[in-house]
Amino acid sequence: MITWESFLGSFDTGSGIWNPLVWVLSIIFILLIVYSIRRYGKTGYKEKTDQTQSFLSGNPEYEKEQMHIKASNMYWGFTESLKFVYKILDRMHTGNVSDYVLWFVIVLGCIFVLIGVI
Amino acid sequence: MNFFESLLTHSPALIVAVPLLGAFLTPLISKINDKIRNAFVVFIVGLTGVLISMLSYDVLMNNKMHNYVFGGDSALIMPASGESFAVRIIFAVDGLNAFMIIIGAILAFVGVIYSWHFMKEHTGLDKYYTLVLLMIAGMLGMMLTGDMFNFFVFLEITSISSCALIAFYTNKGKSVLAGFKYIVISTIGALFILFAIALLYGQYNALNMAVLANSIQFNTFTDKIALVLLISGLGMKAGIVPMHMWLPDSYGQAPSSVTLILIGTTQAGLYALFRMVFTVFGRHITSPIELTIAGNNILAGTNLNSIVGIILVVLAILTMIIGVMMALKESDFKRMIAFAAVAEIGYMVLAIGAAFFTLSPSEITIEGVQVTFYSFSQAGQMAIKGGLFHIINDALDIGLLFLVAGAIYYVTKETSLNKLGGLARNMKFTTIFFIIGLLAVSGMPPMNGFASKLLIYESIYLINPILAIVAILCSILLLATFVKVLHSVFLGPKIPKFDEVKEVPASMLIGMGLIAIVIIFFGLFPNLILENIVQPAADALMNYSAYIGGSLL
Repeated sequence: MITWESFLGSFDTGSGIWNPLVWVLSIIFILLIVYSIRRYGKTGYKEKTDQTQSFLSGNPEYEKEQMHIKASNMYWGFTESLKFVYKILDRMHTGNVSDYVLWFVIVLGCIFVLIGVI
Repeated sequence: MNFFESLLTHSPALIVAVPLLGAFLTPLISKINDKIRNAFVVFIVGLTGVLISMLSYDVLMNNKMHNYVFGGDSALIMPASGESFAVRIIFAVDGLNAFMIIIGAILAFVGVIYSWHFMKEHTGLDKYYTLVLLMIAGMLGMMLTGDMFNFFVFLEITSISSCALIAFYTNKGKSVLAGFKYIVISTIGALFILFAIALLYGQYNALNMAVLANSIQFNTFTDKIALVLLISGLGMKAGIVPMHMWLPDSYGQAPSSVTLILIGTTQAGLYALFRMVFTVFGRHITSPIELTIAGNNILAGTNLNSIVGIILVVLAILTMIIGVMMALKESDFKRMIAFAAVAEIGYMVLAIGAAFFTLSPSEITIEGVQVTFYSFSQAGQMAIKGGLFHIINDALDIGLLFLVAGAIYYVTKETSLNKLGGLARNMKFTTIFFIIGLLAVSGMPPMNGFASKLLIYESIYLINPILAIVAILCSILLLATFVKVLHSVFLGPKIPKFDEVKEVPASMLIGMGLIAIVIIFFGLFPNLILENIVQPAADALMNYSAYIGGSLL
């Protein structure tokens, strides 16, 4: 039978406990504090003036569509610095079904050596 | 026996029979009306879901095993010679089976509801729904059967129907190619599994999993070959790196509603891998026993657990790292989620594989005979629970993300992340569902993914801290991957060509909403799920003798 204790109880991870309900209540409390601080903020800015325009170090602002960063441009630094890894990964993922089978055979062989021979 | 009890008794067979029968009736009902056909399919899957709920509740709450033997009361027959044989097909449902069919039921039900509008504009829907029901029947059969050959039959049913559904967009060359790749890989994997089954049958004259678990001596080369073939074949079905390459192709090209159910079939492969390792070969891998009489080893345990542990952990680490790195680089929405799905499989395999290293001996002496039993430590048990909990969480989280990708494709006809942007303005509900999926799959609190990943991290840390660090790093990269999607698809300025884009129809929102609700519920009440669903599954997995005893009584 399902009990209230199992519904609301914390679960033991072996070295700690986790109770999301406590976490949610904490987040709500923090959000209330954030909201109360936000209420002290200035509301007297003038809309549709330079006050609300983004400042791009004096450069002209592009059309909004052109300013959207495309997915391929994101994490460029990460992929560039790990280029050598991606080269290997790209060589693995050929899209050729014969290669898929080859990888299967390689894994089969390795497992065979580990279990069947050793 | 009243009607309810009778229904419960026959439920293991009905869970497969209802969608199977529904599959063959669907083309006939299609002749009447499309709406009636759709309602019929939802009814069939809903009815299957009710049967699964009844059976799972009985198995999980009452902690008992359900056996359904086709053609008799017992799987064993006793001819005049006096020796018993297990020849009948049996569906043996313990905590692990019940756990898996719950996943199957959720994915199948949401999949058909989502299909209602998602597939509306396409022709050939009588065939589509027939194949979907066949795939569901095959998937549930794989999760329920206690017979090796029967498992192969269901595996083939699932593979053939999945192949046809992956290639459903026949006007697209890539879909047809993905379907072709899937059937080649599936068939090769299935043939190796069949070969392993044949070897075991030749050796032990049995196909029943419980009988095999009781009989396998693991002292011949044939036994070793069978185990190697099963691990490799089922590992490929489960999408473990480097045998995962079919998965992004298939998940990426199939209709999103199909991809959702495909996740279930992939996890059925993972379930079978665990069943073989823990149950069929359990006596030699997870629970070896040594007998020592007067200082002489009469029956020595094997060190197979550490070898299988090494294999699973190495494959899991590769799966996580390669999956997440490919996902981070990918710019096609569905392929990206597919690579993330690969990475997620790594977490489950890592947790289960690492648990093998925690097997420790405990000795007792009975009348001069020293008996050494091996059992999992507390960290190992936690890792197994975490791994199993993550199976259901992964199915829900990745499933929701695929449905969101389907919704985006439905309104924009676009899956390239580079061509999308600013859709949060027009698709508020879909954006919220995506954010829920993003947080869940990255293991952010308080979503369900956090609970299972926390269990995995903490238990793995106790086994080997480096493994835990790699797992956490991969999770951070997963978060980065989906933040990229959030930015490039939903945020940013409006793209003029998507000005007219509207929110998706109600059935698709209901499908996504249902999964989102389950994700939040699992996230807020993880203890409930752990105690009532995951714990019985973990107990069933770790105790192979209970499966043997329960199946053969």
